[in-house]
Amino acid sequence: MARVEERIEVGIGSSPAAEVSTRPRSRGDLARLPWVSFFIIAVLVLVAVLAPLVAPHSATEQSLPDKLRPPAWQEGGSTKHLLGTDVLGRDVLSRLIYGARVSLIVAAAALLAGGGVGLMVGIVSGYLGGRVDSFLMRVVDATLTFPTILIALLLAVSLGQGLQTIAIAITVLIWARFARVVRGEVLAVKARDFVALARVHGCSHLRIMAIHIVPNVLNTFMVLLTLHIGFVIIVEASLSFLGAGIPPPTPSWGQMVADGRSHIASAWWLSVVPGAAIMLVVLAFNLFGDWLRDWLDPRLRQV
Amino acid sequence: MQRFILRRFLQSVLLLFVLALVIFGLARVSGNPADLLLREDATQEDRAHLMRALGLDRPVHEQLYLFLAGALRGDLGDSIRYRKPATEVFFERLPNTLRLLPLAMVGALAIAIPLGVLAAVYRGTIIDRVSGAVAVLGFATPSFWLGIVLIYVFSIKLGVLPSSRMGGPSHYVLPAITLGVFLVAGMMRLVRSSLLEVMGSEFVKLARLKGLSQTVVIWKHCLRNALIPVTTLFGVYFALLITGAIVTETVFAWPGVGRLTYEAVIFRDYPLLQAVILLKAIIVLGVNLGVDVLYAYLDPRVRYA
Repeated sequence: MARVEERIEVGIGSSPAAEVSTRPRSRGDLARLPWVSFFIIAVLVLVAVLAPLVAPHSATEQSLPDKLRPPAWQEGGSTKHLLGTDVLGRDVLSRLIYGARVSLIVAAAALLAGGGVGLMVGIVSGYLGGRVDSFLMRVVDATLTFPTILIALLLAVSLGQGLQTIAIAITVLIWARFARVVRGEVLAVKARDFVALARVHGCSHLRIMAIHIVPNVLNTFMVLLTLHIGFVIIVEASLSFLGAGIPPPTPSWGQMVADGRSHIASAWWLSVVPGAAIMLVVLAFNLFGDWLRDWLDPRLRQV
Repeated sequence: MQRFILRRFLQSVLLLFVLALVIFGLARVSGNPADLLLREDATQEDRAHLMRALGLDRPVHEQLYLFLAGALRGDLGDSIRYRKPATEVFFERLPNTLRLLPLAMVGALAIAIPLGVLAAVYRGTIIDRVSGAVAVLGFATPSFWLGIVLIYVFSIKLGVLPSSRMGGPSHYVLPAITLGVFLVAGMMRLVRSSLLEVMGSEFVKLARLKGLSQTVVIWKHCLRNALIPVTTLFGVYFALLITGAIVTETVFAWPGVGRLTYEAVIFRDYPLLQAVILLKAIIVLGVNLGVDVLYAYLDPRVRYA
């Protein structure tokens, strides 16, 4: 689950010039844009926003006579339930559509919370330097080598399941990655003349951080956010799978995979379909993030 | 060297202490910890009795002292589900996980190193692209789902491999693959990038000038150096495996500590969960400490950094 870290850091030590030159790119090169990713993300967002309009059935309404119907293309399936139904006769496609909503809301909340904390820590650590910096970076290192998912599970059990708990849990999981990268960026910005000028002009440290540093690390921050969307979706799905996510009956993809697990022999679609959805969406966001990184902030390849 | 080890050791202890505080605090933030520790059918009398036994009727700082003193003695409370000391349950399950982890680790290395080397040597060719695609797919595949798909294909459709629980060697195949794939993508890219870096260095040019064959240069001279970052990350990979084992063991009903974590969550067995978390933390921190010390011993630059 901590794999995104490697996605950002695989570039450690690789020679920058050689690495970048393999991918010549110009901004106007339309063919290089990740069109497939754009398309998948656009469909996902549209479907999530318009869920009540596009979903053919209710996501939570049970209908036992219709239970365990296979998808339309299989024998016994009907176009009434395109992706079949689950053990309680709920329409899989509709649950998938409402589940997209949950995934996106959780991802947004968690990224804003976790990214925000990371951004603040990174800026304070990088800007103030000295003891504060070395203390904060120790904490970051400790967090990165620790299986933080355990803390997420602990939170879910002690605070109860829900959006808030997941957002806190994912914050615990990702803030350190943000903090580390942002700090590195701040170190570079801090050394520039305009920061010294602002100081001479009489700006307080707080003002310099807020007005002068933040806008200069915003590109990096945006790239980090995008690179983490897929990761957060997987973490949310894993937590739901482990019974520590958004509580049922609200449909969530991880929960759907978990529910279908015991019926895998007779009803493969219950687990396979939502899992494939997770994979597709995460793939799209990751490719999009990689593209955005190369476009906005190629240096991050070597962070 | 001793100072280095001592400093790293104290850091780990401090981290454990903070973790214990978090566990202690969370149980109290959410209401009365007695409610987290009791069975659902417990009576008011049980509750009052437990509160006295745990010292919950005393001031907070005394409670903290009792909790920490208990933890130091290895007493983290009784599991609600198993009705015996949580640490005991943990150590009963631990060997099963330890049987699975090395297999997954070795399997991941066996796939990641050759693929990473091929991708670096044939950089920019179709081989590199394929390995890149595999990595991208690997990053996007949730491992709990991969496990279920493997069960569907190999146990249900083909009927060649068992789908759950422990048993003969064939029982290890699917869980080890699921857990190993968790690591492969990242490792592979790391091998690739660090090999590319080494391949550009002076001593490699010298080796080529000496007339050594490509095979010897790559596999003997380059790879050795390229694997340094991979070994440094052993501690990180170990932590990842401990994380990955939770979902993998859950999917395959593997009776290890990962599955135990899942059980503690779904049965809301708080004493078991706090024991599992603290003990796993001790193991992960211990391994990390060991790796760091070993590394500092091998490479003096680390000690003085």
